[in-house]
Amino acid sequence: MSPETMTAEPFSFSADRPRDQDRALAPDGRETVPPIKTIVLDRLPVPVAAPSEREAVRAAASSGPERLRLEGVSISYGPKEAVKSVSLSIHQGEVLALIGPSGCGKTTLLRTLNRLTELTPSASRAGRIMLDGEDIHELADTTLRSRVAMVFQQPNPFPMSIFDNVAFALREQSRKRPRRRELEPQVIDALQRAGLYEEVRDDLDRPALRLSGGQQQRLCIARAIAPRPEVLLMDEPCSALDPISTNTVEKLIGELRRELAVVVVTHNLAQAHRVADKVAFMYLGDLVEYGSTAEVFDEPRATRTRDYVSGAFG
Amino acid sequence: MSALAPYSPGPERPMQTGPGRRSSPMSWRWGDRLALAFAWTAGIGLCLIAAAIVIYMGYRGVEYLRPSLLVSRPSAGTSQNATGGFLDPLLGTALLTLIGVLLAVPLAVGSAVWIAEYGRPTWLARAVESSIEIVAGTPDIVIAIFGLAIFQLSLFAPFSFTAEHGGVFGRSFIAAGAMMSLIALPPLFTATRDGLQAVPAHMREAAFALGKTRIATIRRVLLPSVRSNIATGVTLGVSRIIGDTAIVVLLLGETLRFGPQGSVPAINILRGTGASLTSYIYDNSPAGEGAAPQKAYAAAFVLIVFVLLLNLIVQRIGRSGTDSTGLTAVGGVV
Repeated sequence: MSPETMTAEPFSFSADRPRDQDRALAPDGRETVPPIKTIVLDRLPVPVAAPSEREAVRAAASSGPERLRLEGVSISYGPKEAVKSVSLSIHQGEVLALIGPSGCGKTTLLRTLNRLTELTPSASRAGRIMLDGEDIHELADTTLRSRVAMVFQQPNPFPMSIFDNVAFALREQSRKRPRRRELEPQVIDALQRAGLYEEVRDDLDRPALRLSGGQQQRLCIARAIAPRPEVLLMDEPCSALDPISTNTVEKLIGELRRELAVVVVTHNLAQAHRVADKVAFMYLGDLVEYGSTAEVFDEPRATRTRDYVSGAFG
Repeated sequence: MSALAPYSPGPERPMQTGPGRRSSPMSWRWGDRLALAFAWTAGIGLCLIAAAIVIYMGYRGVEYLRPSLLVSRPSAGTSQNATGGFLDPLLGTALLTLIGVLLAVPLAVGSAVWIAEYGRPTWLARAVESSIEIVAGTPDIVIAIFGLAIFQLSLFAPFSFTAEHGGVFGRSFIAAGAMMSLIALPPLFTATRDGLQAVPAHMREAAFALGKTRIATIRRVLLPSVRSNIATGVTLGVSRIIGDTAIVVLLLGETLRFGPQGSVPAINILRGTGASLTSYIYDNSPAGEGAAPQKAYAAAFVLIVFVLLLNLIVQRIGRSGTDSTGLTAVGGVV
């Protein structure tokens, strides 16, 4: 089909199911199916160029200042390479979704951003990660983690009251100071930014474990953003929540990105589509594609991305 | 068109629920029936034994138990009315329990925290766990003799009475309490360690992700999570201390009343000798020196009441531990 023969009207293709009145019985008793009538497509087929002809990782326009920069980051657990030479840039004002099938290294990459992979003895890494221009391995890990906060898959409030959970993040190590009165405004502010304050304002001293799952996860978010970090890392934050809580947390992510850079690891492609501004697709440790959500979902350049996004595997 | 034959359910039969649902033992093989009978007998037999202990001790004890027995001190005398009560042994039990728990808790919780949170090098962790198992398995008479040997060294002379020619007596509340702490240590260690290992990894990671050091995490997040485990372990340790006789008989000097040593007010009781309820029962029983079995039964009844109370406390802590922290408490018995 050449461009000249393409008409302004959509090319038609459809397969109608045989309707009952069309069923007929041939003389020998077999059912016959009427021939296919019309074929309708809703848009012209767009030819996809071969992957080798394009670069899959595109520089995309970003909104805020760059917060995190990954340069050639590789992480191995012993002999096994979990992440192979990934380079990425994470900006304030946007949500980056890391998507990919299980075992592709997205959670490992996320945990490296706040050096949690160091807790595993066999982990080794190469490459550089810069937070606002400073190499994160030059910083003390406690300082780094107050600037790069993390929310986990399972809501994990500490066995303390709601107030103490958020205040724990604001106090120095195990100190009990500053006292409650001084911290109260900051705690309330964090709870408000996490969208939880209205629901818990009557009793902040209630044990945090009495909250529902969605409330606990929002409490963990409040706790993470209380010290005003620059980056918020979220490891499948909604996978343990019911749909209503998921909706609430997704809206919260949308509001939080104004003041933070947010990186979300998610298995749920629909969620990535709803929530993210930029998407990075990883497969078996490689960063296969990176771009804005519309580009990666609607016009993926790599075949593997297209297969994953369309559900052919995953 | 379906390729299957049309499905039609069989004739209606009411679904049986409840005990009748299981097949009757009459239809079993005789080996299984025998096993069932044995299981029933064993269960009922245990109930009967426990009831017998409590009821018989109660019957004999209450017969002679009077409030005055609990508050009057033992005294020398020839008739039952003149020999007083068992206040000193009661206080002795309480004092031993206190010393034992105070010494055991830091040791046990400290080593449990080290095992669960650090645990490197691995050979050392295994050595620590084996050592605690050895102490747990050692008979208390052996621990008592070991304690006696240790506390009779001149190095430990300040902890007890020293005779004129330099012989260290080696028997005092400090000595007995120290050995009691060894008795209480294994259940406390096991309960704390299991509780710490049950805390999910993401709870620790959440604390690290907030920028907390490991020590701060242990102090503010992990130890409060295992509060109920520690309480359960302490209660198990206390019940072992209360019931121990060998250590008391060997290491407490067996004076019916407190025999303080020295002049410093509280320390002299610790350095001195005394008795506990268990040694009092032994002494007054027909097998011991005294001939006041009624008082022995009364003291035994008081002891049983303590044990029952402790069991109740363990159950309550176990249940409330699940409620308040949301993590399950371990009621482990070594």
